[in-house]
Amino acid sequence: MTLTLSKKMAEFTSRLETPQNNYQQAAAERLENMDFPSTRDEYWKYTRLGKITNTAFELGTKLTKTDISSFQTCDNIITIAQGEIRDDLSSFNDLSIVVERSFPGQFGVNNVRNEEKATIFTTINDAYFREEVVITIPKNTVLSAPLQVLVLHEGDQIINMPRLRVVAEGSSEATIIMTTGCQDNYTQFSNCLIELDVAANAKLTFQNVQTGNDNHLTITTIDARQAADSRLAVNTFTLNGLLVRNNVNIAVDGQNCETHMNGMLVTKGKQHVDNHTFVDHKVSNCFSNENYKYVLDDQSTGVFNGKVIVRKDAQVINAYQNNGNILLSDQASVDSKPELEIYADDVKCSHGSTTGQLDENALFYLQTRGISKEKSEKILVGAFIGDVMETIEDEATNQYIKNHLQEVHGWDSDIEI
Amino acid sequence: MAAYTEEEFAEELKNQEYKFGFTSEIESDKIPAGLNEDIIRMISAKKQEPEWLLEYRLNAYSVWQEMTEPEWAHVKYKKPDFQAISYFSAPKKQYESWDDVDPEMKATMDKLGISMDEQKKLTGVAVDFVMDSVSVATSFKEKLGELGIIFCSFSEAVQDHPELVKKYLGTVVPTQDNFYAALNSAVFTDGSFCYIPKGVRCPMELSTYFRINEAGTGQFERTLVVADQGSCVSYLEGCTAPQRDENQLHAAVVELIALDDAEIKYSTVQNWFPGDKDGKGGVFNFVTKRGICHTNSKISWTQVETGSAVTWKYPSCVLKGDNSIGEFYSVAVTNNFQQADTGTKMIHLGKNTKSTIISKGISAGESQNSYRGLVQIGSRADNARNFTQCDSLLMTDKCGAHTFPYIECKNNSAKLEHEATTSKIGEDQIFYCQQRGLSEEKAIGLIVNGYCKEVLNKLPMEFAVEAQKLLAISLENSVG
Amino acid sequence: MSKILIDIKNLHAEIEDEGKKILKGLNLTVKAGEVHAIMGPNGAGKSTLASVVSGKDGYEVTEGSVEMDGKDLLELDPDERAKEGLFLAFQYPVEIPGVSNINFLRTAINEIKEYRGEEAVSAKDFMSMVREKSKLVELDSKLASRAVNEGFSGGEKKRNEIFQMAMLEPKVAILDETDSGLDIDALRIVAAGVNKLRNENNAVIVITHYQRLLDYIVPDFVHVLADGKIVKTGDKSLALELEEKGYDWLTTENA
Repeated sequence: MTLTLSKKMAEFTSRLETPQNNYQQAAAERLENMDFPSTRDEYWKYTRLGKITNTAFELGTKLTKTDISSFQTCDNIITIAQGEIRDDLSSFNDLSIVVERSFPGQFGVNNVRNEEKATIFTTINDAYFREEVVITIPKNTVLSAPLQVLVLHEGDQIINMPRLRVVAEGSSEATIIMTTGCQDNYTQFSNCLIELDVAANAKLTFQNVQTGNDNHLTITTIDARQAADSRLAVNTFTLNGLLVRNNVNIAVDGQNCETHMNGMLVTKGKQHVDNHTFVDHKVSNCFSNENYKYVLDDQSTGVFNGKVIVRKDAQVINAYQNNGNILLSDQASVDSKPELEIYADDVKCSHGSTTGQLDENALFYLQTRGISKEKSEKILVGAFIGDVMETIEDEATNQYIKNHLQEVHGWDSDIEI
Repeated sequence: MAAYTEEEFAEELKNQEYKFGFTSEIESDKIPAGLNEDIIRMISAKKQEPEWLLEYRLNAYSVWQEMTEPEWAHVKYKKPDFQAISYFSAPKKQYESWDDVDPEMKATMDKLGISMDEQKKLTGVAVDFVMDSVSVATSFKEKLGELGIIFCSFSEAVQDHPELVKKYLGTVVPTQDNFYAALNSAVFTDGSFCYIPKGVRCPMELSTYFRINEAGTGQFERTLVVADQGSCVSYLEGCTAPQRDENQLHAAVVELIALDDAEIKYSTVQNWFPGDKDGKGGVFNFVTKRGICHTNSKISWTQVETGSAVTWKYPSCVLKGDNSIGEFYSVAVTNNFQQADTGTKMIHLGKNTKSTIISKGISAGESQNSYRGLVQIGSRADNARNFTQCDSLLMTDKCGAHTFPYIECKNNSAKLEHEATTSKIGEDQIFYCQQRGLSEEKAIGLIVNGYCKEVLNKLPMEFAVEAQKLLAISLENSVG
Repeated sequence: MSKILIDIKNLHAEIEDEGKKILKGLNLTVKAGEVHAIMGPNGAGKSTLASVVSGKDGYEVTEGSVEMDGKDLLELDPDERAKEGLFLAFQYPVEIPGVSNINFLRTAINEIKEYRGEEAVSAKDFMSMVREKSKLVELDSKLASRAVNEGFSGGEKKRNEIFQMAMLEPKVAILDETDSGLDIDALRIVAAGVNKLRNENNAVIVITHYQRLLDYIVPDFVHVLADGKIVKTGDKSLALELEEKGYDWLTTENA
């Protein structure tokens, strides 16, 4: 099959094998009409993709380093390495869940995301993913412990297409913690696609803990759909990675739903982290709350774009957005764009965005009590991100994040967060 | 219960008529529709312009031809046919003084509530009146002249003060800035010009009234206000247009220059014809307004926007000088099928620059009302401060209220706060007022005025009352 | 014999949309010069009664009548009821940002005057009235120029309600849980204000959960409202009895 791709796209895919099944060939053909977005595109206004689009990546090969002890935080774990589940590195016998893998050959050609939801990156995932991991939490099942999904990468100039679907059936309850593990410090691009299907009265918490390595590149798209009376929390913690773009799209399709999105990031060096969230309130009587805290150091840049739409006739909606930014260095920068689009009248919606430095008075106060300036800063940063950290109930994950703050950002272990 | 419901209120808003929708029977000199270099040469010749200005126009025209109409705003409309518009329409007679002004036109102004005779006597406000594209009368010229203040039509300024016009024209809004600014630069016909000399505090409000009268014309006025070092001026513009079934295009450019230690307060009460209750007709108001602040200067924009079918307008401040201040206070009311995409840009370049944005949007009928604002802190803008509050009030379940702020910060000593809320008009507030004996429609008027108070308070006294009345009209025929 | 100011007969009301029945055949007659206290357990319908009588949206009257001074109230809009002389002191007074207390009251008074065919109050008379009446509840006159209830403390809000009552001179005032959230000093001030406003031509209905307000505003009658009906009526000693024994003995007695 020969494709007429744009020059950039042809280069980008030059080292990727042309897929052999109908579903992926159709997806590859869709790429013919697509090109990478530029900063002229409203939704990529603040994020330059050169680091991704100027590289010819190849798909990751079989893992050589199989020690996962440094990444494992939960007893129950599913490991997806180089885009494929590893049974030998997975163990979840304590949990009543069903884990299946479905291969692209099994996908119907018409099983295509609608135009609105399909981006160039989800289409690349469609065209080149190796398998989809489907985790089902059966009806009325309450998981006794959180489940960790470890996504592993290894090798230089590698692209992996992790693809995960979580189905929380009616009245089930679960917490899933996705973590990134890089087995080396090479450049890997994780083009990750996650779908969350939250059925009526189910409760799902999805923690996305992005550790990666200093050269890690990721575009992670989370598409969620909530049915009536459900509760969904999607929390994103970004602790490392050179270029990180997260798209969290939540369609609230049923009444009496609760939706939470929390985000926290601490950056250094030349990191660029971009969080785009989109809550689509399609029906009445729902609540959504969003809180993202950014701490940016060195020459790093942060982008926040939070969008809430309240559709016509979706009455009695309470939707809140907050984005707080602290710039620790005079070369760090942030672009914040909280958006509200409201087409119903019986609503209470608000957003707030603040940007600044740490409170000088508080800093001085701590210093007069004998605490060094550096440590005082970290204490205040800890307090700033504290409300987002509180959303992690699982102790091991909490500790894992703190360890990262120590290793990557030089925090003392005794700083309370 | 036979309560006056919000639905009824909304219904009445729908049926409210545009009070300023009369046309004046004034003979006019109108050139044929269409846009090409010859037309531009014709406009320039009719106005006996110097060569450099013709060049400026022709250059703008060629820039404009390369541009496409912007589509990023949250508005939907049928794009104007730029070849169907007549780019020049002037009342036929020329006037030497106010007393010569056609009685019909004086009556027009009376209807607009701006009888110059009265204004002259009572309020001490200097007025420039722009009908269609031409400035027809300016009052108080002599008195202002004594202080060295120049306040005249743009055409007069081109003739009498070409050096000032040449020096500042296009310095804040360059020709290539955007599609409509380029169009305006090519075809602008008149507008107001104002220069306040060093150290002078203008003793009275300066005011321009704009009116589109002639059918099939567009209005492309150009306003240039220069406040020299240490000077101070308060400027107000008002706008109306007759009721017509077709859409009329208004693409103005306003440039403000506040030199060191100067202060400009620019207030707008915009009441272009919004179209009828079915969304037919109305003015497309695509306006570029921007001011530049030099050291220690201040520019304050206040706008009360109730008219126009489609509004696309972002009065902005470029805070170039250290310690400069930019302010934006806005009330935007949309009703029936009106669409507004309005807000501001605060570009912080200098150190210790401050900006404040207060925006109040009120949506009724089936209208769409969007706030779009940019706060940009450059890497050298140490200690910049911004506070933004934008609130939206929804009156019906068919309208929309949207908020699109862009906050871009490249300096870590900045302190930026942005807050936005969207809610329905408070039923408990309406009931509380009613329990104290206020009719529902009075209660709504009171609550809405209270809601906008922060902005209305910023208007010059004389116009605050007018603006309140206008708000009341926009929400008035709510009265049964 | 003094005239009947408010006459509620067999009032049935439910919450609109939900259809939940709250008032189930309530009767109450209040004559000029009288003070009635309505007490009862939580959820008995006390605040619903105040809302229904004053015409708040969200309730449907399915049966019965409410007359004030011979006029059918249920046919009137809330503002018309106020213009007829009904005043409700809210349990939770509403904040109206940007609208000053003064402007608000002046508009209200003039609307009422216009309704009654009386002349508007001059600014001067109005201001002296404000000064005089604000003293009644020891309300700082500065509060009068602030936005309605905005940033007021709980006590200030309640005093502001009584101040407004003084300004509007209603025929019938309903005080809905006016004592809630007040400390003893504020309670005394509010009660003293109400007592000064009482006369032989008006009437006061005090809705309260506790007896303590009735130490200061002494009622002529005490009614117990339970399950949407008046289940017992007595004099002020009934309030003391309720304080001691609670409401259970009454509700079970009637069950």
